Amino acid sequence: MLTNLGTDRPVFIQLIDEIQMRILSGTYPRGGRIPSVRELASEFKVNPNTMQKALNELERTGLLNSQRTTGKFITENETLIQELRRKTAENEIGFFTERMMKYGYSRQEIFQLLQEFCTQEKEQTD
Amino acid sequence: MEDILVCQNLSKSYGGFPALSGISLNLQRGKIIGLLGPNGSGKTTLIKLISGLLTPSYGSILVNGLPIGIETKKIVSYLPERHYFADWMKVKDILDFFKDFYENFNMQKALDMLAALNINPAMRFKTMSKGTKEKIQLIVVMSREADLYLLDEPIAGVDPAARDYILDRIITNYSENSSVIISTHLIQDIETILDDVIMIQNGTIRMHQSVDEIRAQYGMSVDGVFREVFRC
Repeated sequence: MLTNLGTDRPVFIQLIDEIQMRILSGTYPRGGRIPSVRELASEFKVNPNTMQKALNELERTGLLNSQRTTGKFITENETLIQELRRKTAENEIGFFTERMMKYGYSRQEIFQLLQEFCTQEKEQTD
Repeated sequence: MEDILVCQNLSKSYGGFPALSGISLNLQRGKIIGLLGPNGSGKTTLIKLISGLLTPSYGSILVNGLPIGIETKKIVSYLPERHYFADWMKVKDILDFFKDFYENFNMQKALDMLAALNINPAMRFKTMSKGTKEKIQLIVVMSREADLYLLDEPIAGVDPAARDYILDRIITNYSENSSVIISTHLIQDIETILDDVIMIQNGTIRMHQSVDEIRAQYGMSVDGVFREVFRC
């Protein structure tokens, strides 16, 4: 359950991000039906109208498809999903790099640190 | 469909002291609205006027297009900020009382909520803690199939877990036909379940916007904006 929505941004934008993450990560499987507005509103502890607004936006971008009587389904368009995953990754790396540079790291250092970190992580999980 | 609530130039004075002045607002159905404002700003006065406990000094109120009276009381479910049940009553008596009084009282809903909050219907009101009394009052009020719910400080005295449950009930109880007005100081706890916020100050409306408009405009939560606007 996600109860700590941030306080600085509109709620519906945060809902879009969170549900989009679930779709991109496969938590909500391709072609599957997502829970109803009411269920999602209850899970996130948000107003049902706000949740509806977030889902409408995801429908507009093509991640969700509405089927009039049976609810909303996750797209099976793999290209769209991969494009969005890629875009999200680029955004996240952009934020990260920008912050690291504020701490005085050069791009080269950031790259090395990241490489070390990822290698260590890999050894730990292996 | 008709707006659930229309107030026009609504004013109320207590012996020459103006508690509310020139309130005009329209509320649609299917909304959850937060009524916010510092102590003594007029929140309770506004709620009492809508519920018909007070009469306006000036201006008009329509609920579902009707002037305040028996017909509006049937469709308005009001939670006062204080206890009003007699001490000798058992929880079950209170439920029966509500069932006799209101055609739209849903007994099963009330029993379900009591069970979820572990309240024994055979308990006597007198023996209960302040928080439990508050929960019971809220349960009976929420168990009416009303068009407009007026909740005056509904969660102030209840523990955080019960608070979550109550807010969840408000969300799941939500219908396109009914609206809920919640007056509270616990803005952080409720702001994500609100559509719109009405902030009142010295008896007038200072702000009437959606939560997301406020967050987008100020880059902070409604709670944060409140603290800025009413900084002491």
